[in-house]
Amino acid sequence: MDLSAISPTLLVASLMVAATPILLAALGELVVEKSGVLNLGVEGMMITGAICGFAVAVETGNPVVGFFAAALGGALLSMIFGVLTQFFLSNQVATGLALTLFGLGLSSLLGQGYVGIKPPSTPRLNLGPLSDLPFVGRVVFGHDWVVYLSLILCVAIWYFLRRTRAGLKLRAVGESHDAAHAMGLKVRAIRLAAIAFGGAMAGLGGAYLSLVRVPQWTEGMTAGAGWIALAIVVFASWRAGRVLVGAYLFGGVTVLQLNLQAAGVALPVEYLSMSPYLITIAVLVVMSARGTRRSLGAPADLGKQFHAVH
Amino acid sequence: MLRRTLLGAAATALVMTTGAFAQDDKTKVGFVYVGPVGDGGWTYEHEQGRLAVVEEYGDQVETVFQESVPEGADAERVMTQMALSGADLIFTTSFGYMDPTMNVAEKFPDVKFEHATGYKTAENVANYSARFYEGRAVQGYIAGNMTETNKIGYIASFPIPEVIRGINAAYLAAKKVNPEVEFNIVWAFTWFDPAKEADAAKALIEQGADVILQHTDSTAPQAAAAEASTDGTQIITFGQASDMSEYAPLPRVSSIIDNWAPYYIERVGAVMDGTWESQSVWHGIAEGMVGIGEISDAVPEDVKAGALEIRDAIAAGEMHPFTGPINRQDGSVWLEEGETADDGTLLGMDFYVEGLTGEIPN
Repeated sequence: MDLSAISPTLLVASLMVAATPILLAALGELVVEKSGVLNLGVEGMMITGAICGFAVAVETGNPVVGFFAAALGGALLSMIFGVLTQFFLSNQVATGLALTLFGLGLSSLLGQGYVGIKPPSTPRLNLGPLSDLPFVGRVVFGHDWVVYLSLILCVAIWYFLRRTRAGLKLRAVGESHDAAHAMGLKVRAIRLAAIAFGGAMAGLGGAYLSLVRVPQWTEGMTAGAGWIALAIVVFASWRAGRVLVGAYLFGGVTVLQLNLQAAGVALPVEYLSMSPYLITIAVLVVMSARGTRRSLGAPADLGKQFHAVH
Repeated sequence: MLRRTLLGAAATALVMTTGAFAQDDKTKVGFVYVGPVGDGGWTYEHEQGRLAVVEEYGDQVETVFQESVPEGADAERVMTQMALSGADLIFTTSFGYMDPTMNVAEKFPDVKFEHATGYKTAENVANYSARFYEGRAVQGYIAGNMTETNKIGYIASFPIPEVIRGINAAYLAAKKVNPEVEFNIVWAFTWFDPAKEADAAKALIEQGADVILQHTDSTAPQAAAAEASTDGTQIITFGQASDMSEYAPLPRVSSIIDNWAPYYIERVGAVMDGTWESQSVWHGIAEGMVGIGEISDAVPEDVKAGALEIRDAIAAGEMHPFTGPINRQDGSVWLEEGETADDGTLLGMDFYVEGLTGEIPN
């Protein structure tokens, strides 16, 4: 056992990298669910974003363009879900699951020609002397731009939901679409916008996997990350700050256990791997024991269909 | 009521079509895969085997496959579905499908099953595996010679005999040429999760490993090693299950290639002419089931020559990767001087050899 082999600096830095894809996807899903829509297609949108971003980055040689394409790809795919659930009133759970299956298939089709290619690299920002500081230089100032974007988005989403008029409208739609409709809010339009935003965020998260974290394209490479993002939203009881905590906790456990193993610490890997899920379940149990679904912070009209009757 | 009648009718129709399928003179072959066919590793090579079967028999066979089937109850459902839809032969291509295969095989005595890398057989279940450890010995030799930090990282999947055997074989070969060598082993508890595999590779590299061996299915560790190699230190890797030549000449310096095609063609042929019998095969470099991918120019000439020598000696049966004296991790004697391991012990290997640190998880 040689714990000194683990560098805390590198550990925290790779923890942030490991958490970023799920953080992005979970933040997107948070906004979607806050508007009262349950989109279980996160996994499908992520992997579609992963291949769209990868393909465009390879073709243009520019990873920034790739990330934009990934967001666009994810948003477009989510619109299938949006149209089906908002206009044709299809079941959200079933449609979301179908979206995941569709996304997995579509991505492997799109990715046929991109196996084994190296994407253009997304460099870490060079902030001059700041990046040379011990510890904080690498942990705070030594990341690529997407990591900072994800943190900024986290704050922005918190501010939007809590402090802005538009955010209040979105929450109103999620809490009671009938009341919101009676007030003259455009329920469908707001929900469609939220769904598109969620798709774009999932796409970004997927692209972060294929362009930075791995970096390569492999079929099925999200390997369940979308489901973890969904779990994190529940774990966070629909709050942006806690989504950040949840994502970093999850990324942290993953990276930490791998590092501990590499250093030769004998530890029950199975339990560590399942701990994020166990914590989610525990949080759910504790919270639901305290009262109804409301006390969890779930939007009251989550997953319900809206049909304007008057 | 009407609805129930309709459902009943639909079910009858389904059963009838299934029956029709079964009487079809085409031989129907099913393949159950643990990852996607585009993983670039393990499943990719099984898919190449399936394509070779189609190529060989053309219209006489009909093949079906199912990707990314989790090991467990889901696998049983998939196999049952294949058997119900008239498959004559089903290849189940991952260790974790062993018990599901046995269960389903019991229910369908007329369907033949072939399970990869396990150790159970039945009247209608054969098992087949490759002596990957022979390839691991070649890798270990190259790794031991090329490491500069004397730290070799190993990304393991599940603590099953096949994986443990690979670790032991690679370690023994590396230790022989470089007594200073240390193995850092990370259990990923997955066959396929590119992000996790890449994270594991990064963790090992950050802790000083400059050689990464993997026993997981995707090419993600290769990509992570390529990415980590840019700043002064060169990391080297080996293709696993498939050549992974897209990462050659560096970081990938060689590979173990699984070649299932000849076996699949032979077994499908046996079902066609009615000579199929349950068996248990374990082929290695000699039979061609295990191939050593091209050793790239990044490897010094003398090391390359030495590696090829080992490969040829193993193929010729002059050398066994597990030749004594070898002690178990706890210091007790496993093989005496000159003694070679028997297949029974190898197939059930659940211990590290002396010198490896850490414990095998349960």
